[in-house]
Amino acid sequence: MRPTIAKHNSLAARKARTGWLYLMPTILILLLVTVYPLGRTIYLSFFEAGLRFPLKLEFVGLMNYINLFSDPVWWRSVLNTVIFTATSVALETVLGLIIALLVHTNFRGRGLVRTAMLVPWAIPGVVAAQLWRWMLNDVYGVINDLLMKLQLISRPYAWLAEGMLIMVAVVLADVWKTAPFMALILLAGLQAIPKELYEAARVDGATPAQQFWRITLPLLRPVLLVALIFRTLDALRVFDMIYVMAGTQIATISMSIYGRQQLLEFADIGYGSAVSTAIFLIIAIYTAVYIATLKVEVR
Amino acid sequence: MNLLYRALLYAGVGLILVYLLFPFYWAIISSLKTPTELFKTPIDYYPPNFRWQNYVEVFQAQPFGRYLLNSAVVAGTTTLLSLLIGSFAAYALGRFQFRGRSVVYYATLAVTMFPQISLLSGMFILLRTLGLYNNLLGLVLAYMVFSLPFTVWLLTSFVRDIPWELEEAAYVDGASPTQTLFRVMLPLMAPGMVTAGLLTFIHAWNEFLFALTFTIDDKARTVPVAIATFSGVSSFELPWHLIMAASVIVTIPLLVLVLIFQQRIVAGLTAGAVKG
Amino acid sequence: MKSKLVTTLMAFGTVMALGSAALAQGVNLRIMCGTVGTQFELCKKVTGDWAQKTGNRVEVIQAVPSSNDRLASYQQQLAAGSSDIDIYQIENIWPSLLGDFFVDMKDHVPATALRDFFPTMIENHTVNNRLIALPWYGDAGLLYFRTDLLEKYGFKAPPKTWAELEAQAKVIQEGERRSNPNFWGYVWQGNAYEGLTCNALEWIVSFGGGTIIDTRGNITVNNPQAAAALRMAAGWVGTISPRGVTSYREEDSRGVWQAGNAAFMRNWPYAYALGNSADSPIRGKFDVTVLPRGTGPNAKSASTFGGHSLAVNRFSKNVKAAADLAVYMASYEVQAFRATMGFNPTRPAVYKDAAVLRAAPFVGKMDDVMNSATVRPTTITGTKYPRVSEAFWNASHSVLTGRSTAGAALAQLQSTLNRIKGNGW
Repeated sequence: MRPTIAKHNSLAARKARTGWLYLMPTILILLLVTVYPLGRTIYLSFFEAGLRFPLKLEFVGLMNYINLFSDPVWWRSVLNTVIFTATSVALETVLGLIIALLVHTNFRGRGLVRTAMLVPWAIPGVVAAQLWRWMLNDVYGVINDLLMKLQLISRPYAWLAEGMLIMVAVVLADVWKTAPFMALILLAGLQAIPKELYEAARVDGATPAQQFWRITLPLLRPVLLVALIFRTLDALRVFDMIYVMAGTQIATISMSIYGRQQLLEFADIGYGSAVSTAIFLIIAIYTAVYIATLKVEVR
Repeated sequence: MNLLYRALLYAGVGLILVYLLFPFYWAIISSLKTPTELFKTPIDYYPPNFRWQNYVEVFQAQPFGRYLLNSAVVAGTTTLLSLLIGSFAAYALGRFQFRGRSVVYYATLAVTMFPQISLLSGMFILLRTLGLYNNLLGLVLAYMVFSLPFTVWLLTSFVRDIPWELEEAAYVDGASPTQTLFRVMLPLMAPGMVTAGLLTFIHAWNEFLFALTFTIDDKARTVPVAIATFSGVSSFELPWHLIMAASVIVTIPLLVLVLIFQQRIVAGLTAGAVKG
Repeated sequence: MKSKLVTTLMAFGTVMALGSAALAQGVNLRIMCGTVGTQFELCKKVTGDWAQKTGNRVEVIQAVPSSNDRLASYQQQLAAGSSDIDIYQIENIWPSLLGDFFVDMKDHVPATALRDFFPTMIENHTVNNRLIALPWYGDAGLLYFRTDLLEKYGFKAPPKTWAELEAQAKVIQEGERRSNPNFWGYVWQGNAYEGLTCNALEWIVSFGGGTIIDTRGNITVNNPQAAAALRMAAGWVGTISPRGVTSYREEDSRGVWQAGNAAFMRNWPYAYALGNSADSPIRGKFDVTVLPRGTGPNAKSASTFGGHSLAVNRFSKNVKAAADLAVYMASYEVQAFRATMGFNPTRPAVYKDAAVLRAAPFVGKMDDVMNSATVRPTTITGTKYPRVSEAFWNASHSVLTGRSTAGAALAQLQSTLNRIKGNGW
């Protein structure tokens, strides 16, 4: 008896040791590329550091944060990010759900549509942004031409220049790029719903609409929630799409663009680091809240 | 009724196909027009003749070949390195029971939520200190931020789905954990590794913010940065024909991957959401 | 005359001496040049000539086109202590921002040779008693107009005031629209970037509305004349200028202009040579003049001054050879050649050069424009200039795009600038 237990123990101990050994490279690399830079960013946020040679750091305490709180452009960037996130995620979800429901039905050529769904997702964000910038060109853009032909608009719009249209333009481009991702996830969720439920409902005489509201949506809820959370997290960090399509202009500046602008365009490393830290905290709070809600959901 | 339903269905499907594919079609069409044709109204929905010359010009107007090579090296190295390091970690996290395991697992998961911007100034200093600024290796290191945790997380979920029996048998035969990993687990993890590798590769190939910030010139500049900052040496407007040609070139490898590995990619994308 | 000859010879001698020193090493240099218009090609040509002469190799790297993006990328490279680029083409609004990272050109050019440059330009690039760059070419905003169209619609002279410009643009646009639906009266740079700061500054100064911040550091921009200027420009959008003009940069407006789709354009001198290139549809059909003036007691024609210079990276591994190349690029010969391509010399003597004037009579006109051009408030705001300019172009952009009224935008700008100023510039 005894030797077996000892052997078991030693195997467990060996496995624990091996486990840590296997994890070591990952842990070390992540410490190096995430914990160190993040710590460095937070540290720098308490200093005044301009672009000078040699670099001079002057401790200023919470000064950068106080400045941040009183900067209307920062709050504008927060507002823009929230507007962008809310509208694009909402549109993506609705559009994604429609696509998923359509593809879920049986028809010839389903495979083709599923492949097509991966195209916008695979295209690099920068390419999508440039492509939409070109398609939305006021004079030579195809979007204006199409909308005019369909008589949906009476004059060509300067999507990237007029009033608040620029926000509409970046949301349009983002929805095109990410709605298919949403659709793929929702489709997987749809496929996981047991077919028997629908058969039973049909026997009970439920209409397709009733089936959707009573079966599909409730059972899709957990998947929908996860997809929403992932997309929201991504949208809150938006950089590529807005930066390429609209640059740093105030009408669309996002939190990430504002942060990079402070760091690199204004070379204000201390203040820029404070911005970066603030963005980190906002995302962290969002993540914490979502984990909490998810736990409640699961229970 | 049934016929109407069919008609509506196909109309809907057609609309969606057009919505999904038209922009890419437009990129291809624009990449085959001459500048004069691009800046002409009314717009041609199909070019009168294909100007393949644009695809040659992309490589002449700037060192685009070099950018492609840089992108391939960075994305490839990032993927291989993540898979190598990540599979060890995933095996440990998916199979071994020891204290602190779940802490490491959740910490790794948390890293995927990090906003890139919050690492920018710190990463900048790190790369400068290591002498890896404007260097492909530096970019690979920076890309570990998202690629490694993602690979670990995805592979861990794959490892958990692998049945115990084969592994048990190996241990009974007296194999060490490392021998078991290499002889038994890695072959079983292969499909998961393909999925993780593809998604990591695509992510690294498309990355923009770090590439924009940590590279200067053709030594390390990747394609997305080149496309975003494309400037013409042409004497007319922005060289949209070249930008679009470059865009098509950079997208084609991804589309090939997508067409070949469709199932694996979808499996990877939906893994998290469906399992919860 | 004699002294000029002597200094030229001395400068030439220095070039040759440095050149032969560099020849012994045969080094690789990397220079970052602008890409707008013909800049990149010209940079390749001139550096190529030098490389051939000295037996070194020069690689020209394309800088990003937009001025503020370029500043960001320079700052990040220099902050990284990168030695990848030996020579940077910089703008005259950056010396106080980047000066620490460039070598003192006074160590490489004899003081006597520096006297051949415009003294104001040398002064502009002197930071803490160090000359951080050699002035390379000067820029000033110009009004381009179509001589053929002016004649066709019976206008005897280009507009002297904005009101005249509006009237002429309207008539020509209406007439040309009959055969060309894409024709516009006036194109300029309205995107939210440094170029809009240059354009809007011209409007405001032309109305006697001041230069945003005066030389003593007072914020002066919130005044009725400035508001009138912005209101006027906002009125152009969608009438004589395309709605998309608020997303235009230099090359976008030149695209419309050079395709023959605009009667007037505001742009820098570089567009002159390009407009007259062999394949240009408007070749020989246009001319340039000073920008129109506004209304009000202090109204005048205003043109924003922009200058480009050559700076040597202090981290460069070949400082000597790099300085040598910079000296060559800013030399009399090279500037005389580039003057004919639309790049205004930084040496007064070139404006009087008979050969240059014969090849490009246009250069003669530029002397006055350059001398009276308006300088952006960079000296007083120092390292805070990028923030000031950003606030200013954002305010102007919000008026142009109709998101804000001129009065409200300027009041808001005043408080933003006060915030940026803090306890002082």
